[in-house]
Amino acid sequence: MTDDLDDLKAALRAAPPAPDPSKKDADLALAMKSFDDLQGSRPDARPMSDAPKSGALGKGVIKMLNALNTRGGLAATTALVAVGFAVLVVMPNVDQVEVPGMTDMAPPPVNDTVEEEIVIQPAPEPLGKIARSPARTRSEAPADLRAQSGQVAPSVASDPMMEADISSFSDGENRIAVDDMPGILPMPPEAGGEEYANATPSPLKITSEDPVSTFSIDVDTASYAVVRRDLKSGYLPNPDAVRIEEMVNYFPYAYPAPAGAHPFAATVTTMQTPWNAGTQLVQIGIQGEMITDRPPLNLVFLIDTSGSMSDPDKLPLLKQSLRLMLSELKPEDEVAIVSYAGSAGEVLEPTKAADRATILSALDRLDAGGSTAGAQGIELAYQVAERMHDDGEVGRVLLATDGDFNVGIHDPDELKDFIADKRDTGTYLSILGFGRGNLDDATMQALAQNGNGQAAYIDTLGEARKVLVDQLSGALYPLADDVKIQVEFNPTQVAEYRLIGYETRALAREDFNNDKVDAGEIGAGHQVTAVYEVTPVGSDAVLTDALRYAPAPDAEGSDELGYLKLRYKRPGEDNSTLIETPIASANEAGTEQQFAAAIAGFGQLLREDKYLGDWTYSDAIALANGAKGADPYGYRAEAVTLMRLAESLSH
Amino acid sequence: MMTDQDEELAAAAATGDRAAFAALLSRHYDRLFAFTYRLTVNRADAEDLTQDICAALPAKLAGFRADARFTTWLYRVAVNAAHDRRRRAATRAKAADGWGDWEVNRREAIREETEAQDWLTQAMTALPDELRDTVALVLGEDLTQAQAGEVLGLSEGTVAWRMSEVKKRLRAMRAEEDAI
Repeated sequence: MTDDLDDLKAALRAAPPAPDPSKKDADLALAMKSFDDLQGSRPDARPMSDAPKSGALGKGVIKMLNALNTRGGLAATTALVAVGFAVLVVMPNVDQVEVPGMTDMAPPPVNDTVEEEIVIQPAPEPLGKIARSPARTRSEAPADLRAQSGQVAPSVASDPMMEADISSFSDGENRIAVDDMPGILPMPPEAGGEEYANATPSPLKITSEDPVSTFSIDVDTASYAVVRRDLKSGYLPNPDAVRIEEMVNYFPYAYPAPAGAHPFAATVTTMQTPWNAGTQLVQIGIQGEMITDRPPLNLVFLIDTSGSMSDPDKLPLLKQSLRLMLSELKPEDEVAIVSYAGSAGEVLEPTKAADRATILSALDRLDAGGSTAGAQGIELAYQVAERMHDDGEVGRVLLATDGDFNVGIHDPDELKDFIADKRDTGTYLSILGFGRGNLDDATMQALAQNGNGQAAYIDTLGEARKVLVDQLSGALYPLADDVKIQVEFNPTQVAEYRLIGYETRALAREDFNNDKVDAGEIGAGHQVTAVYEVTPVGSDAVLTDALRYAPAPDAEGSDELGYLKLRYKRPGEDNSTLIETPIASANEAGTEQQFAAAIAGFGQLLREDKYLGDWTYSDAIALANGAKGADPYGYRAEAVTLMRLAESLSH
Repeated sequence: MMTDQDEELAAAAATGDRAAFAALLSRHYDRLFAFTYRLTVNRADAEDLTQDICAALPAKLAGFRADARFTTWLYRVAVNAAHDRRRRAATRAKAADGWGDWEVNRREAIREETEAQDWLTQAMTALPDELRDTVALVLGEDLTQAQAGEVLGLSEGTVAWRMSEVKKRLRAMRAEEDAI
């Protein structure tokens, strides 16, 4: 029945009437006027969260409208339209003001020229009907309609539709991109500059067409910390900030330790999918071996001391974190500190960790201030690292910043190449993100990936302990480089599959065997978990129809679900080693897998993915609660708290 | 600076070149209107939507990246604007006074429209928004699934999946019609 599509196509192609010439002229004139206004108002055209331009009058009107947001207030509202629609464009704020106890809640930015333009002009001349209507349509009508129906204006945060609604006129529907266009609504404090690396959820794959899934492992955890920060501040995170694999990998799992020749072991399990009765979750858990006798570490801290770092949750927190970490280092480890932006230069010569006093006093001298571009900060850091380097030692630069990557190399590609070159000479780069606001998540990811390091986001001293202390050896001592995973699913067993998360880590099938293609590293004691949702052949949950002309998969043969291949390089080696193992369907999932599944589901809820059916936060909470296990650090309990927060924020 | 390339014109317009912006918009206005019509299947809605986009376009241009095709970017702006309008569920007011009457009239008009719907309108309005956007791009604008995916920020596979979903729904609609 392709006829239906053909009919629809023909109808659509034939449908559009020619635009009305006078309407077209009016639109073009409107656009030009808007264009001219924008040029004129450019220097101060960015009233952000404080929106000073709307001034006291604006606030007064909001209060008035709150009072008037009833049937009886309609006439007055209409009168206001006549008085001046300029003030009415702030009406989306009404939604916010009315939410009890949620005054600091932050709707996503609205990027809307119409509104901006009008706020900038305090006393617009009476314009023609054409020019007026956008303002009325876009801002007043919904509120008035609500008023007429006697409804209370819904809160932005508690109504997902409204939230999406307000953000949707940005250039990124489904929040494709957090762009840098002017916004007018209050935003999460300082959050306007954050950029996130993410992609659309990995699509469903049909096994008979595309049986092979290839990706690089990802031991980063920054996304979880960002999600936690947002939820604790009282709003749902930007779906683009949610990277599910990083949330899953945030938690330690008790996977069996490697026993053989390889530095890590893979455990594959299957379990019933919590959110879909017709599918199964295949989980691949990788455990890196613990290193008890590691060689000395050479650590160079490259610290951003720009003025913005002076917030208590930035440089002061970093200093505390480093103090914590210092006590975990071995006496023969060496530490150096280089600062950039503000006070630039080598703050601490390479110093043995045994000499705590020297290191601590150098830390105390670190001062955020000024905005002078740091000279060649990153090159200096690598020079210092190379000076410290002895045979068999591990060198690492730790870049600590709140998003100022003005480290001396301005071209991002050049910077990536520089870091990749240095990686090949044996010095790795990890990134510690601090504070909120400018934090450029996408750049953090890209640089850490190129530097074979981790990107971590540090928002509390607890997180600093987790990243720098609990996982010290893992975070800083690499076990294997360029770890790639390839899974081939068996079409006689699995009809469809999808990888949950790892969107930014997908590799081409042929990249798996190409040792030139870079991939993630795994450190001592690290765990990495990948979760697939697979639909068995014959399940009701199969989403796609079988092809009429493609041969049906041969029902004979293996009953394995698939075949897992892993490639890795020992640090410093050029040739990769292969590990292979079939995925049997029998392995039973324990609490570790249950908990990982709960987090994977939680991440998908936050991303508003479509595969979850009617599975909700409360299901995620129940599943996670039942699978907390020993949880010695309380990480899992905290995750349940976050799920509860998300649940209440999503209503 | 005058040039024939959409992308160059857009870049120039973004930095304040008035002539470039005028040339760019007049070149694409008809295409934009046709697309908004396909998205809304309603002349008045399409006109409103086009107007919204025209008013917002100068500032949106700041977000235009020269590595994207201008038409792709324009489609995306249009799809986003359409979402915005739909979700607010507000058509443009025809008069500034008498909101009560206006709403009554609006509902009446919607009801009449619904009764008079042709097959296209029925089909398009029966589809969920995201499928409607996809259909308007793939069938209406004759974009490939990959191009439509680029506009929507989706993978080609997702677009393909959506199109198969559209087919399924159309088939179901047809079956329902036949049953009557």
